[in-house]
This record gives sequence, structure tokens and C-alpha cells, in this order.
Amino acid sequence: MSENTDLQYTAEHEWVLVDGDTVTIGITDYAAEKLGDIVYVDLPSAGTSVTEGTVVGEIESTKSVGELFAPVNGEVVEANQAVIDSPELVNSDPFGEGWLLKITAPELPKLLSHAEYRALVGE
Amino acid sequence: MSTSSTYDLDAFGRRHIGTTPSDHGIMLAELGYDSLASLMTAAVPASIRMGEVLNSAIPAAATEREALAELAALADQNAVRASMIGLGYFGTITPAVIQRNVLENPSWYTAYTPYQPEISQGRLEALINFQTMVTDLTGLDTANASMLDEGTAVVEGMLLARRASKSASNRFVVDADALPQTLALLESRAEAVGIELVVTDLHEGTDAAALGEHFGVFVQYPGASGRVWNPASVIAAAKEQGGLAVVAADLLALALITSPGELGADVAVGTSQRFGVPMGFGGPHAGYMAVRKGLERQLPGRLVGVSQDAAGHPAYRLSLQAREQHIRREKATSNICTAQVLLAVMASMYAVYHGPHGIRHIAVSTAAKAKALADALTGFGLTLAHDAYFDTIRVHVPGLAKNVVAKAHDLGLNVWEADEATVHVSVDETTTERELSLVVEAFRLGERADVTVSLRELPASLPEALRRTTAYLEHPVFNTHQSETQMMRYLKQLADRDYALDRGMIPLGSCTMKLNAATEMQSVTWPEFANLHPFAPEADVVGTLGLVEQLESWLAEVTGYDTVSLQPNAGSQGELAGLLAIRGYHRANGEAERDLCLIPSSAHGTNAASAVLAGMRVVVVACDELGNVDLGDLRAKIAEHAASIAALMITYPSTHGVYEHDVRDICQAVHDAGGQVYVDGANLNALLGFARFGDFGGDVSHLNLHKTFCIPHGGGGPGVGPVAAKAHLAPYLPGHPMAQRVDHAGGFVHGGGPVSAAPYGSPSILPISWAYVRMMGAEGLAQSTATAVLAANFVASRLREHYPVLYTGENGLVAHECILDLRPLTAATGVSVDDVAKRLIDYGFHAPTMSFPVAGTLMVEPTESEDLAELERFVEAMIAIKAEADAVGRGEWPVDDNPLRNAPHTAESVIAGEWNHPYTREQAVYPVHSLVRTKYWAPVRRIDQAYGDRNLVCACPPVEAFA
Repeated sequence: MSENTDLQYTAEHEWVLVDGDTVTIGITDYAAEKLGDIVYVDLPSAGTSVTEGTVVGEIESTKSVGELFAPVNGEVVEANQAVIDSPELVNSDPFGEGWLLKITAPELPKLLSHAEYRALVGE
Repeated sequence: MSTSSTYDLDAFGRRHIGTTPSDHGIMLAELGYDSLASLMTAAVPASIRMGEVLNSAIPAAATEREALAELAALADQNAVRASMIGLGYFGTITPAVIQRNVLENPSWYTAYTPYQPEISQGRLEALINFQTMVTDLTGLDTANASMLDEGTAVVEGMLLARRASKSASNRFVVDADALPQTLALLESRAEAVGIELVVTDLHEGTDAAALGEHFGVFVQYPGASGRVWNPASVIAAAKEQGGLAVVAADLLALALITSPGELGADVAVGTSQRFGVPMGFGGPHAGYMAVRKGLERQLPGRLVGVSQDAAGHPAYRLSLQAREQHIRREKATSNICTAQVLLAVMASMYAVYHGPHGIRHIAVSTAAKAKALADALTGFGLTLAHDAYFDTIRVHVPGLAKNVVAKAHDLGLNVWEADEATVHVSVDETTTERELSLVVEAFRLGERADVTVSLRELPASLPEALRRTTAYLEHPVFNTHQSETQMMRYLKQLADRDYALDRGMIPLGSCTMKLNAATEMQSVTWPEFANLHPFAPEADVVGTLGLVEQLESWLAEVTGYDTVSLQPNAGSQGELAGLLAIRGYHRANGEAERDLCLIPSSAHGTNAASAVLAGMRVVVVACDELGNVDLGDLRAKIAEHAASIAALMITYPSTHGVYEHDVRDICQAVHDAGGQVYVDGANLNALLGFARFGDFGGDVSHLNLHKTFCIPHGGGGPGVGPVAAKAHLAPYLPGHPMAQRVDHAGGFVHGGGPVSAAPYGSPSILPISWAYVRMMGAEGLAQSTATAVLAANFVASRLREHYPVLYTGENGLVAHECILDLRPLTAATGVSVDDVAKRLIDYGFHAPTMSFPVAGTLMVEPTESEDLAELERFVEAMIAIKAEADAVGRGEWPVDDNPLRNAPHTAESVIAGEWNHPYTREQAVYPVHSLVRTKYWAPVRRIDQAYGDRNLVCACPPVEAFA
């Protein structure tokens, strides 16, 4: 998997980029590859408050449907419209253009480091 | 008659079983056994072998002629009267060109569900025609490729509303003027999943306050009573509060009245039966469901969409399969799996043949007949319940309804007693003026009055304000094939694109694609079986009830159970019925807290989806590395949840195609904890005549008559999924408020709620299974099983050195199917399961089951009906494909440009333009010389799955798309 050591991760194969009070989240390249060709992304709209560990969206591929869990408590600031319009961005650039949500999160839970996540997926 | 010849020309068994005794010798030698008996002794664990059945109910095998004569005698006991009962089932004229070229044509009825879209373009086009017809008539955006029947479609509509509604309420408001069978289904299904059903009279004045809190509203349109009214304000009131509006609409009426979509409905459901599909005493027919934009991912069942193939040409495929139960298990949108493809094809072709003008004419003449009858009756001073109606009137005859119904029966008609003061009469496409006059006579109004139907204008019985102003069926496909020659050729052209059993073997593991014999199919279209209304009086249907009773007793005997219900219309519905019976049993014993269903990780996804719909929670039990239930984990899960265990669902033989040793211990452990054992009968073809679910610990099972008992797959339905149970569960098996008889074979009364709209499910196809058992006899059924097991082991043995066989049981044997592990090949060469499956098309085969139950594998089930030459042809193809993959592995061909990755090859792909591939054109399309004369040409190249799901189009594309 790619060397995104500046990111934090969850056991649900999501990555979290912290920028002040706002976090950007997406799914890892490992998750995107396991899902296969992603065809549809269902994301909560701006203003939705989310609770850590609960399902807030779905990522559907031709062969399965993955659930998107909120990695933090907070409120959705933006859902990535580009991904909603072109779900294949999650496959082609999961850590970049394929980001999913921006969430205001005053406090962060304990997340996984890059090394810890790598150990989890056995790579 | 006795014969001294050993060559028994009349015996059906030697026609059904494809291999001969001398073939068996060759195949057994390959495996190292000297007889079928010794093979089965080695394969089937001694602990589950059944003993001798005393006083068998199954008679000795009949010949084909004898079986037909017996069926004719049963048919003679039915009386076909003009059916004017309506209530969702109407007389219809099946155009003969459709009956002969679809319903009676093995190219259509022996095909499988179109999971391999490249070889299913014909029926996928027919289904997209169906979807287009439904979206046009309902005025909604997306329709699926059929539902099991109208009643269950309404239930699915309710469940969809609950998923999609933002309301937190658990109330579903139902119009009291709904079909009685729909109300019964809603009641039993809602209760199981904790939905509160509110049945009330809805009318144009019903406002939001009257509806109260709810997540959805259901309206029958026109009403069950025939009433035509405008539900737009009710729909608006429902949506105002965040509820969804589900409307059950009569497709023929929609040709004349405003569509549900225009009235604001979110979901429309119903049946397409009256579009040329005989009533058949209740089924099978194709139900339908359509939704407005934004809800398409909530649709249950199959959905056909348009994508493109590797050459960029438009091509059809099943869309959004990730929603389905085989992927999403307990989170699926529904447990339904089988659809009603053959019947949906028939209904769509009825619309293709008649076109918009023909459909409108049929609707107008139907409305005119109802009006003419109403005028005649009111002319005698009778009054009607409603002044606005389409095809059904209700007539007030205080205290006399029974007499009118009886008199009509004497005159050769069946009308319906709505209550003691009301007679309900429906007319349809088949109703004649003479029959209308007889109806008038049945009301005993003195002189016989001739009724004349005027077709000059739309009758006043259809309110001006609700008349349809929008067009429908405008696509060229509905305006082109209207001479019989054109229709015949269109059907032939579509059938030619598809691969069905009439071309070759379909070795789909877990699907049992065996022979559907012509004699078995023969009586399906006999009018005495086809033209019965499901609520016809008992006296009219004695023959079919007799057939049902015999089949129930035979199926009970071969499974070791006490009683059988034939009501479920698919395996998934049989599962649901069985689990609801378990739920009912625990509740009756005061153990309502038992709501947990243990399901092994290897189970088919439908099991989990069904458990959720029976109000149960799912706990997954691990499997060991051999694919068997992990007894240690099972005991641990039982210990952890002892008091809440309702049931264990296991498949036997397992989904891995292996006879598990421990099945008795597994069942015992569950019983010791107070749970019930559900044995999924999907793999019964490996057991019949050798072991019985009921003997080794099962309490209840469903069977698939469309697998083990020869009902054809119809390209993805119909199916019949009987539920069989021990006596203690009988009171909770599906009953039905309109059943002609309350008791079943053996005197058992089934007292649970219905799971299908009709009391006996799909009776018109039961003669198929009846004939199979009748012509095989108990001995022949066992012979089928042994031969099926022999064929699977023969294929496994011949292919083992080329592909590892993933799981085996005792003595290294598989049951009736084998899993070929392609993962080592993929790792070594980059050739995927998809590549092998699509390359098999070039070799003239339908692929085996892909990636179930294990990703990266193929599961092969040859069945007993394939002959040795066909088995050898398959083995030859698989070995040749392995050699091609090895060439890729050695680097002779690039991994992205080789005969496997580019498969299937169309004729166009090998003749058009320059040939720039590293293999020859001959290698592409004639890898085996025999194909030169027998080639099946795929009509499209490999289809892009992702493109179709990202660009969802589920209606007929414009003709220019194919230019």
C-alpha cells in the first residue's frame, strides 16, 4: 500500500487527515481494491451530525456494498460532489480526489498510525 | 403388460438419465468402484443412510403415456367455468404465437437466470421490454424485472417504504379496499418484522391528520371492490409527513386512467398476469414493482440495465447486483432471488404483439363490457356499490348473494360473494356478450336479457378527471412486431442469442440444471389446469387438489417429514415460511424470546436475508478449513445464547458439495438447547432415495421443485419452494384465507399466515414435478441421485490434475457437485475466474457457478441428465483452457491480450478489420475442431459491469444505439 504516513487510520479501512478542527476522511487503497470497481457512493449531506462508529454512508461496487463509518464525532461540512458524480475516483485516487467527507471534529478519538494500520492489513 | 425384452422402450428413467449402464461402468472404473451402490456406500455417511420405506405412497414408475393418461383423468375432474371473480386474477387470451414460441419453447424455458449476460442477451432484451412496459404504464422511472406475485410485491413495497422513509414511525396505513389476499399477506409479514398495520377506509377526503404518524401508505388502484377514485390527495398527505406512497395498480386499467406516477406515488406494484398469462389456479405469473427516481437502489429482486461490451456496443446485463441477498446477506433489500422471468417475458411479448393501440383496445372493450353489464342490471332496478369503475362492479342483493353465486355457477360462470348482500362481478378480455347475458340471468330478473357492448367511446363509468392523457409503449419494439410472422421471427431472433439447455450442458453448481422433459411440460397449458381462478369453488378444482395432495404426500415421504405446503413461490419464500413456522412454534410454547438464528458462514446469503424477514437476529457459525460447520464454534455459540436460540439453518449436503459427517451431532446439539433445525434443501439432488432430512434431525426444510423436481428455470423463474415439516410445526405452516380446503395430505391443518397471494402458490406448474416423480418411481429417483453423484465425481476425477478440487468428504468423494479451485492458477498466470468462465462460451458452454461458495472458484454440477459424451466435451474444454492459461503463465501471450482475457469472441471481432492479437482467429473461435459445425456465437463481447452500474439505464435504449 502507499506510504501515506501523515494520515491516521481506522480498523474500518478509512483514513483521516486532520487540519485544525476539520478532518477529511476517505477509504484506503486497500479497501478500494478489495471492493473492486466502485459504482455508487451514498454520503450524508452537509450539516448532518455524525457519531463515531456509526454507519453514515455506503460505497457500492459491482460485487459488494461497503459501509462508511464515521471515524469521529462531529458535523459534516462537505461531501465530495466529485465522487458522487464519478465514483471511480475512489478507485483511481483514494487518498486524493477520492476523498469522501469533511467533518468538523473538535475532539479526536484514538486512531491508528500508518504503521499500526499496515500491521492490521498484513502488508 | 409384461415384456421379456430388457430394452424397455417405454421406461422414462432411461430418457431422463443421460448416461447408460455401460457408461456407468466406464465412469465407475475411473473412480475405482465396481457399482453405483458401492460408490454411494462410500460417499454417503452410514450414519445418515435411510432405511426401507414401508407402505410407500409413491407408485411404481409409470411410462410417459401412462402418466399423461393419469394427468388427463385428473384434469377431467376440474371444471373450467368463465371466471368473473377478478380480485387480481383475470381471464386473458395467450396469443398462440407466444404460447408456442415462448411458453412451450425450451430455448426460453430451459435457460438459467442471466448471470452470464453475454449469452443471455435475448431474454435480457425481453426483460428490458417488460421493465419499459411497466415504467410506461405506471408513469414511474425504474421497474425491476418482475416480482413473485402481486401480494408479495405489496409486502416488498411496504418494506421498501420503511427502509427509504425518513419517518421513525413503525405504522403502515393500508386502504381497506385492498385485495383480501394482499391484506392477509401484509398482516402476517408486518407482524413478524414489528410493523404496525393500520387498515382503514381511505378516500379523497382523507387528510394528513386522519392518516396519523406513518412511514408509508398503501392504496389499491382501482380498489378491490372495483372502485375507481383519485388517491392523489391521500398520496400528498402521506408524503407531507415523510411517508412513502405505495400503489398497487392494475396494468390494463392504467391504459385508460391516470398513472400512479402522475398521481405522486413513490412505488407502484401489481401483477402482469392479465397480459397473456393464464390464471393457472393462482400462478405462476409475473408481479411487478416500479419506483420513482432516487429509489432504484432500494428495489428488491432483479434489475436489467444497459451497459456496453468490450467493443463499445450496447449490451444488457443485470444491474446493481450488490444489493441482492447473495452479497448483502442479512442487510439485503429483500430475500427474493428467483423472479418470474418466463412469465415476464410472456407479458412483455403480449405488449409487443398488441402494441399501444391493441392494449388500449383491450382495456376499452373491458371497460365497455363492465358498463354494459352494469346498465343491464341497474335497468332492472338493482343498485351498485360504486358508479366509477373499470372492470369490476359490486351489486347490492340483500340476503341473496349466495343464491346469485350458485345460479351463476349452474350457468357456467363463477362470480364472487363479497358478502351476503353483495355480488362482485369482474369482466376481462375473454368475456363474451353471451356470458354477460348469463350474469343477468343469474340475478333471476325474469326474462333473459341480451347485453350488447358498445365500443364507440370510453364509457362514462371512467371518471373524466382521471382519464389518462399520457402516451405509453411508444418505443419501436412495441410498434413493430404485430404480424404473426414478425412476432415469430422476433422471438426466434432473441432465443438465438441465448444459451439454454437445448444447446448444451449448464453445469451450474447449486442450480441442478437437469432435464425438463417434454412430457412433464405437456399438461401445463391444458385449459383444465391453466384456466382456473385461484378462488374458484372447491367443486371446480377437485382434480388439481387431488394432484396437490398426491405431490404433498410424495414429497413428505422422500424428505422424511410429515406434512408439506406447496404455497411458497420460490426457495426464498419456502425458507421464510419455514422460519415463520419455527417462530410461531416457539411463541405458542411461550418462548417468544427465542429469536436468534444460527447460520454457518458457508450458507447461501438468502438464508440470512430470510431470517431477518422472519423477525430473527442472525449469528454466524464458523466453518472449518474443510468447509464443514465447526462443531466447536457451534457449541460455543449455543452455550453463549442458549435461551434465545430459535433455529439453526444448515444446508445438506453443504454448500461446498460435501456430505458432512457430523450432521446428526449438529442437529442434536441444537435440539438439546431447545432450538429447531432448518435444513436448506437446495442440494436435495444429492440425497433423494439415500437419506432424508427428517431422519437425521431436521424439523423443517424447503425444497426447490425447480432444481430437484424438474420445473424448468424459465430463464430466472418461475420456481416453487415447498416447505416440508415435522408434525409439531404443521399448525404454523402457511395457510390462506381463501384456500379451498383447510387440511393437507395426511390430514394436517396449516394455520399460519400466507406467504403467497394464492393458496397453492403456482399450481399450473406442479404437474411437472408430479409427472417426474410418477415416471421415475422411488427407485428411479434414487437412480437419479446416484448417477448425479457419479457424474460429479467423474468430472472431479478427470479434472483434478488440472485444477485442485477444493473440498471432498469421506473417501475423497464429493456429493453431486465439485468446486474447482482456480486461485492457484490465477496467482500463477493472472488468468481470472471471469476469464475462464467467458472462455467457456467460446468452447460452447455455459460457465459453472462462479465464486460461490468460495471466491476465485468454479462450482460444477453436471446432474444426472448429461450424457457421457457431453461430460467428456466439458472436461476436454476445461483441460484445453488450462493449457491456454499455462501459455499465458509462461509468457507466450501477454496477460492482457490472450484468448482468455478477450473472450468471448464474437463473429464480428474475428472478421472485422485487422487482426492484431498474438493468437490466431482459429484459436479464438474454433479452439476445438468440432466447433466448426456446431458453434454457438456469442452476440456481444465481454460486458463492462462497472459502466452499467455507474450509468444506470433500465429501459429500452433508442434504436439508434444499436446502429
